[in-house]
Amino acid sequence: MSKTRASLMRMGAVHAALIAYTLVALFPVFLTIVNSFKSRNAIFREPLAIPTPETFSLIGYETVLKQGDFIGYFQNSIIVTVVSIALVLLFGAMAAFALSEYRFRGNTLMGLYLALGIMIPIRLGTVAILQGMVATGLVNTLTALILVYTAQGLPLAVFILSEFMRTVSDDLKNAGRIDGLSEYAIFLRLVLPLIRPAMATVAVFTMIPIWNDLWFPLILAPAEATKTVTLGSQIFIGQFVTNWNAVLSALSLAIFPVLVLYVIFSRQLIRGITAGAVK
Amino acid sequence: MNPREITTDVTEIKRPRRWHILVFLLPALVVYTAVMILPLFETLRQSFYNTVDGQLTFVGLGNFKVLFGDPRWAADFWNALKNNFVFFLIHMAVQNPIGIALAAMLSVPKLRFGAFYRTAIFLPTLLSFVIVGFIWKLILSPIWGVAPYLLDTVGLRSLFGPWLGKPDTALIAVSLISVWQYIGIPMMLIYAALLNIPDEVTEAAELDGVTGWSQFWKIKLPLILPAIGIVSILTFVGNFNAFDLIYTVQGALAGPDKSTDILGTLLYRTFFGFQLQLGDRSMGATIAAIMFLIILAGVALYLFGIQRRMRRYQF
Repeated sequence: MSKTRASLMRMGAVHAALIAYTLVALFPVFLTIVNSFKSRNAIFREPLAIPTPETFSLIGYETVLKQGDFIGYFQNSIIVTVVSIALVLLFGAMAAFALSEYRFRGNTLMGLYLALGIMIPIRLGTVAILQGMVATGLVNTLTALILVYTAQGLPLAVFILSEFMRTVSDDLKNAGRIDGLSEYAIFLRLVLPLIRPAMATVAVFTMIPIWNDLWFPLILAPAEATKTVTLGSQIFIGQFVTNWNAVLSALSLAIFPVLVLYVIFSRQLIRGITAGAVK
Repeated sequence: MNPREITTDVTEIKRPRRWHILVFLLPALVVYTAVMILPLFETLRQSFYNTVDGQLTFVGLGNFKVLFGDPRWAADFWNALKNNFVFFLIHMAVQNPIGIALAAMLSVPKLRFGAFYRTAIFLPTLLSFVIVGFIWKLILSPIWGVAPYLLDTVGLRSLFGPWLGKPDTALIAVSLISVWQYIGIPMMLIYAALLNIPDEVTEAAELDGVTGWSQFWKIKLPLILPAIGIVSILTFVGNFNAFDLIYTVQGALAGPDKSTDILGTLLYRTFFGFQLQLGDRSMGATIAAIMFLIILAGVALYLFGIQRRMRRYQF
């Protein structure tokens, strides 16, 4: 009896600690979203109160939509993120297939070369990247960002995908070869469908840093037409610092897509981390 | 590695040229080499050059000497380097222990709502620095009064100060914001490592009467040391090229009075220029080279010094 009570106490303590930290993690997000729906007076008078019919106001959102070109920023971010992820997955899977499927001299060395970028951040080459983009006329284009993010995402993608490709059965591929499938067909029709779960994991890991990046949009593509959401909201907030309604609404708008994506992908993400990250 | 070498190697063994290997490798290799590796080396090379009388000249280690010793640069550089180490140490001392504790609690068997806690605690990691930076700026702002109000409810009102605005607390405040954002990563990686410990091991420990707290210290902690190693090196690399959070919270000048300046913000100001300061490509490349060396040293220390010595347990 006393033993079960002790374990109940322990369970209670664990829950209390986890709830406390969950509050710490969620409170700032909650505070921002709640206050973005309130009138200016209510934001200051009672920051912690839920909006009531008297204090409810959408003035912040109206300002944001009127002043900033947020639809354009969203478009840019979506184009850059989607195209980069597609390229990372395609090129990464191709290279991973070559490394895991064929034995050729320099295979290990090639694997190490491609893995370098996992630890060394691409940011350190910014000085020369900017020069290169200036020389090729790619400054202030989305192409510049897509190229950089593709290069940034490839090392981890190749690493994770080749681990997974090693688990695809050889018999299956050899059966395909006997049936006269070309190596390209084996890759596209046999191997790719089998590693779809791994591709989803890589996609999520690649997406987060691209969507959130501030450094490269700031340096390579700061023009109005190519601003991403992250840079756009940074600049918007900077200009509207004293208009708290607008700032809180802009922040809420920026949180929203991340929340949606997280709800969709969170299982994939957590499974990906718990499956193979630490071995 | 030159991809062409590979195909010639293959012909030597008298097999048909396996062109498809080249086709599979080429796109990744071209993008990665052209956009990442070559610029990295070009940046390192430029750290040995500077403009002398309007002409780009090889100056050897001259730029590094200027950075370490010239009164115009040295103070800023050593300040940023010192701050960066403080930034890193705060992460190691706060983020990782809390991350381990959270992971240990999440891995308690038959825990209810575990998935909910995990999802909620990981959420801040996904938010962009812009969001995180401004939210915390607002919360800690004395004008809005959320932080003083919350402290008041627990009777600690007197502790409140404009932490982000005072030179002696700003760096700690910014580091803790970064810790708040990134705690999800150590939590998840260590949680995964704890899940990988087979039940037989914990059951054997329980039979021997090792349970609860001492089981965690004596049995589980040694088994998750490799994961703690990975978390530490990830934290190190992340901290030594951090930039975004400081930029959104304190601006490119990393105020107040450069008290939150780290290598990333120094690199940005030096290379890109800010307000009255003109961009200086050579000195920017020099700072990037220093960051490269620091990160390389950390990674090498981890790979050869720590990871090799760590005992791997096979189950």
